[in-house]
Amino acid sequence: MSILEDAKQAVKGAAQAALQSAVQMAPDSWMPGGRPDPLIRERHGYTGRPVSRVDGAVKVRGVAPYAAEFPLDRMTYAALVFSTVAKGRIATLDTAAAEAAPGVVLVMTHRNAPRMQPMPLFMTSEKACGGNDLPIMQDDRIYWNGEPVALVLAETQAQADHAASLIRVAYVAEASVTDFGEAKAHGTEPGQFMGQPLRYDSGDAEAALAAAPHRVDARYTTPRHSHNAIELHAVTVAWQGETLRVHDASQMVAHMAWSLGHVFGLAEDQVHVTSPFVGGGFGGKGLWQHQVLAAAAAKLAGRPVRLMLSREGVYRIVGGRTVTEQRVAIGAQADGGFDALVHTGTVAMSHHNVLPEPFILPTRSAYASKTMKLDVEVAYLDMVANTFMRAPGEAVGTFALESAIDELAVAMDMDPIELRMRNEPDTDPTTGAPFSSREVEKAYRDGAARFGWAQRGTPGSRREGEWLIGTGVATATYPYYRMPGGAARITLTRHGHVTVDIAAHDMGMGTATAQSQVIADRLGVSMEQVTFRYGDSSLPGTVMAGGSQQTAAIGAAVVAAHRALVTELLKLAGNDSPLAGLDGDAVGGRDGGLARLDDPARHESYASILARAQRDTVVVEASAPMPLETMHWSMHSHGAMFCEVRVNAVTGEVRVSRFLGSFDCGRILNPKTAASQFRGGIIMGLGLALMEETQYDERSGRIMNPSLAEYHVPVHMDVPAIEVMWTDVPDPHTPMGARGVGEIGITGVGAAVANAVFNATGKRIRDLPITLDKLL
Amino acid sequence: MPLTVNGATVPLPDDPRVSLLDLLRDTLHLSGTKIGCNQGACGACTVLVDGERIVSCLALAVQYDGRAVTTIEGIADGETLHPLQAAFIEHDGFQCGYCTPGQICSAIGMAAELGRGMPSHVTGDLAATVVLDADELRERMSGNLCRCGAHNGIVAAILDVYGPAKVDQEVAA
Ligand code: FES
Ligand code: FES
Repeated sequence: MSILEDAKQAVKGAAQAALQSAVQMAPDSWMPGGRPDPLIRERHGYTGRPVSRVDGAVKVRGVAPYAAEFPLDRMTYAALVFSTVAKGRIATLDTAAAEAAPGVVLVMTHRNAPRMQPMPLFMTSEKACGGNDLPIMQDDRIYWNGEPVALVLAETQAQADHAASLIRVAYVAEASVTDFGEAKAHGTEPGQFMGQPLRYDSGDAEAALAAAPHRVDARYTTPRHSHNAIELHAVTVAWQGETLRVHDASQMVAHMAWSLGHVFGLAEDQVHVTSPFVGGGFGGKGLWQHQVLAAAAAKLAGRPVRLMLSREGVYRIVGGRTVTEQRVAIGAQADGGFDALVHTGTVAMSHHNVLPEPFILPTRSAYASKTMKLDVEVAYLDMVANTFMRAPGEAVGTFALESAIDELAVAMDMDPIELRMRNEPDTDPTTGAPFSSREVEKAYRDGAARFGWAQRGTPGSRREGEWLIGTGVATATYPYYRMPGGAARITLTRHGHVTVDIAAHDMGMGTATAQSQVIADRLGVSMEQVTFRYGDSSLPGTVMAGGSQQTAAIGAAVVAAHRALVTELLKLAGNDSPLAGLDGDAVGGRDGGLARLDDPARHESYASILARAQRDTVVVEASAPMPLETMHWSMHSHGAMFCEVRVNAVTGEVRVSRFLGSFDCGRILNPKTAASQFRGGIIMGLGLALMEETQYDERSGRIMNPSLAEYHVPVHMDVPAIEVMWTDVPDPHTPMGARGVGEIGITGVGAAVANAVFNATGKRIRDLPITLDKLL
Repeated sequence: MPLTVNGATVPLPDDPRVSLLDLLRDTLHLSGTKIGCNQGACGACTVLVDGERIVSCLALAVQYDGRAVTTIEGIADGETLHPLQAAFIEHDGFQCGYCTPGQICSAIGMAAELGRGMPSHVTGDLAATVVLDADELRERMSGNLCRCGAHNGIVAAILDVYGPAKVDQEVAA
C-alpha cells in the first residue's frame, strides 16, 4: 500500500505536508486507532489500579544494577581530559608523565585512537542517535570547549584520575563564535524539526496585531538547562571477539547498537546493548562520545573498560537544553477572541546537532486565532551540541506563550482562564485536523474548583507579614507521539505464563509495571503470570524512551503481537473448540484463555488449547502499524497548572507554597506511577521557573557551573505537597486510550509560577529563572 | 578494631586516596551506594557510620579504621525489608531509584539525630522537643537530591515510619 511507503518517507521528513492532507482525508477506519482498543472498556482488571512498582524491592535494597555496576574480570577504569578552547588545534600534548604513573594501562589520544566513523546524528535515520557528528579523537582539531582530548585507563579509578591530571595540553585557538549576540549578527537560518520547517503563517498576523483593539507584545528569554540525572553517564564495555558488549545507561538501546555499529564498522547484531536500570534520563541518556571512547579504549587495551563521567564531564560532553529568545504578541477583540497570535524568536545551536529548541510547538495547537505567525530562527555557536531535554520546545515555549496570555488578561481585566476558554479551537488551528480527544475545559474546571481559584485577589493585594501571596495559572500541553519501529514478541506457555519481549526502557517511568498490568488484562491472566522484558537491544523493536511515546509504542506493538497470538491460538484450537469459527476480532483474553467478547461463556483456556495441540509454548512476533493516527487526528494532552507563591517583600525570595496540576492525558494506566511522573515533571518545572541555569561563558564558550553545587535543582525544601488530578477520559484512538505522561508535567509550570509572582507582586518577570535579584 | 561493612570485616585499601565510596563500589562491589557528584553535593552516596549519616564520597576509606559502616545492602533484615524500604515502595518514593539508597540511609540517620534532640535551621523553639513535621523533614533531607522529583513520596514514606509519635519509640529502640 503506497500510503505506507509514503508514511515511511514522511517520518524521514520528505513530503510530509502532502501526505498529511492525504491521511487526513482518509476514513477513520483505515487508521491505527480507528477501532477503539477493546481494553478501553475494561474496567475491572489491573489497568487503572495503583499497583506498586514491580522493580521496587530491588531498588530499595540497592541491588538493581545500573550501567557502572557490572564487575568484569580485568576491569580498567577510565578518566578523561577536556579541551579548554572552543575552536582550534592541539599544539602540544604531553602524556609522558601519565603513561609513567602507577597503574596506568593506556593513554589514548588522537595519535593512537582507532579509526572510527563519526556518530550518526540523531534523527537523521531510523536508528541514528549520536548527540553530534564530529570526528572523535581522529585528529588535532577542537570543536568545542570541553571536547575530550585524552583518555586514561588504569587499574583503579583513583589511579586513572591522578594520571589524567598529569596530561599537559596546549592549544592554538582559532576565531570562534561563542557569543549569542555575535552569532545572531552573523545571520540566522530557519529552524527545522523532524524534517519540517519551524514556521507557520496564516493571514497577515502583524497587520491584524496592529489593528487589534487590545494587544500585548513582549520578549521572553530562557537560559540553557542541564538534565542532571543523578546517575552520572556511565558505560561498561567489553569486546568479546568481534562482538561489542555494552552495559549502558540508555533511553534507546536498539538505536545505540545500530549507531555504535556504524562507528566501528560492525553490524548492529554485533553490538549488544543492555540497560536494565537507568538512573534518570530526561532526554540526556543517548549516544555521546563517552561510549565511543570507552569502546575504542577497550579495543586498544584488550580489556574491559568502565567509564563513568564525572559530573563536570557530563556538562562538558552531554549537551542540554539551549538558550531561547522569544517574542509573543497577541491581538484581541473586546470579547477576548484572538485576531493575531505571533510567536517568533531565535535559539542557539551548534553546527553539529539537529535540535533548534522548537518553542513554537505548543502554540501550533493551543489557541484559535484569525491570523498566526510562528517562526524559530537558529543562530550557530561553537559550543557543546545542545539536545533534547524533557519537553523540548514545550517546556520553554509555554513559558512565553502562557505568560503573554496572562499579560493580555491583565491588560483586558479578564480572568485568564476565561480568556483561554474563549479561544479554545474546534479543530487543530494549524492543520485543521479533528481532535482525537480534548478536555481542556474539564481540566480547568475541575482544577479551578479544587485549587480554589475563585478566591484569587488582584495583584499585590494579599500580604502576610513580609510575604506577598499570589496565584497564577497556565496551560500545559504536550503531543501524543508514536514513533515507527515498535515490535514485540509474546511467548505463551501451556501454564498460562506470558512473556513479552520488547527493546523498550524503564528509567523510572514505571514502564514495566504499567505494561505488565495492561498485558495481564489483554491476555486475561494475572499479573504474576506476566514477565515484561526490556532494556536489551537483542529484543524486538526500536522503541525510544522519548517524546512521551513509549506507552503508545509498546501498547501498539503488543496489540499487533496479541492479534497474531489470537490468530495462532484460534488456528491451534481447531474445530473442537468452543471458539471454533470465530474471527480474531471477535475474541479477547479472559480468565486464562480466549473468550468471545460479546459472549464470554464461549471460552477455552490457554492450557486446554495448547494441550490439545500438543504444544508447550506459542511464540509470535509482530510489528506495530505506521503511526498514521498522529496525522489523521490532532492528538495532544493538556493540563491546567495552578500555582500559589509567597514572595518575600524584603529579600525577593520566592517560595512555592501550593501547586496543583489538573491533567487531560487520556486514560491513566497506573495512578501511582503516573502521579509520580506528573509530580516529577512539575518539580523540574519549578527548577526551570526559579533556579535552573547552565551558566555559559560567552567569551570562552565554557560552561561555568558544571556541578550540582552550582547548578541548583529543587531540593526537598523547595518542593511543597503537589496535588495532581486527571480527567481520565480515554482517547478513543490510542492504545489503551492512554496518552503519555512523562513530559507534560514540566510544561506550563514556568508561566504558572511567573503569573503567580505577578499576582503577588505586580512585577512581570520575562527572563528565567525568576531569581530574587529580579524582584528587588 | 578493623573497618566493618554491614558486619563483615574489610581490609583497608593500600592507596590512601581511595574514598569510602570507591572502596564500597569498586572493591567490595556493594554498588547499592550510588554516586552522583563525588563532591558532597547530592547525597546519593550517603551511608551510616556507627549510626550517623555521612557522604561517603568525601570520606577517605583509611580514616574509617575501627568504624562500623552500614550501607543500603545492610538495611533490610534478610528477606524482610526495613519498614522504611517498604514505605518507599508503598508511597512511590522513587522513580529511577538512583537516589533511593542515599535517601533511605539519610532518613535513618536523620531519625537518629532527631531522637537525640538535634535542632535544624527551621526548628522554632530550640528548648522544646523537636517534632518531625513536614518542614523539619524537608529541611533535614535537603542534602539528598532527587532529579526524578519523587520528593512528595519520599516525605510521605519517611513520615509514615518516623512521623510524630513514632520517632521516640523507633529511635530509642
Ligand atoms: S556522590 Fe557523594 S554527595 Fe554526591
Ligand atoms: S528516584 Fe531518580 S533521582 Fe530520585
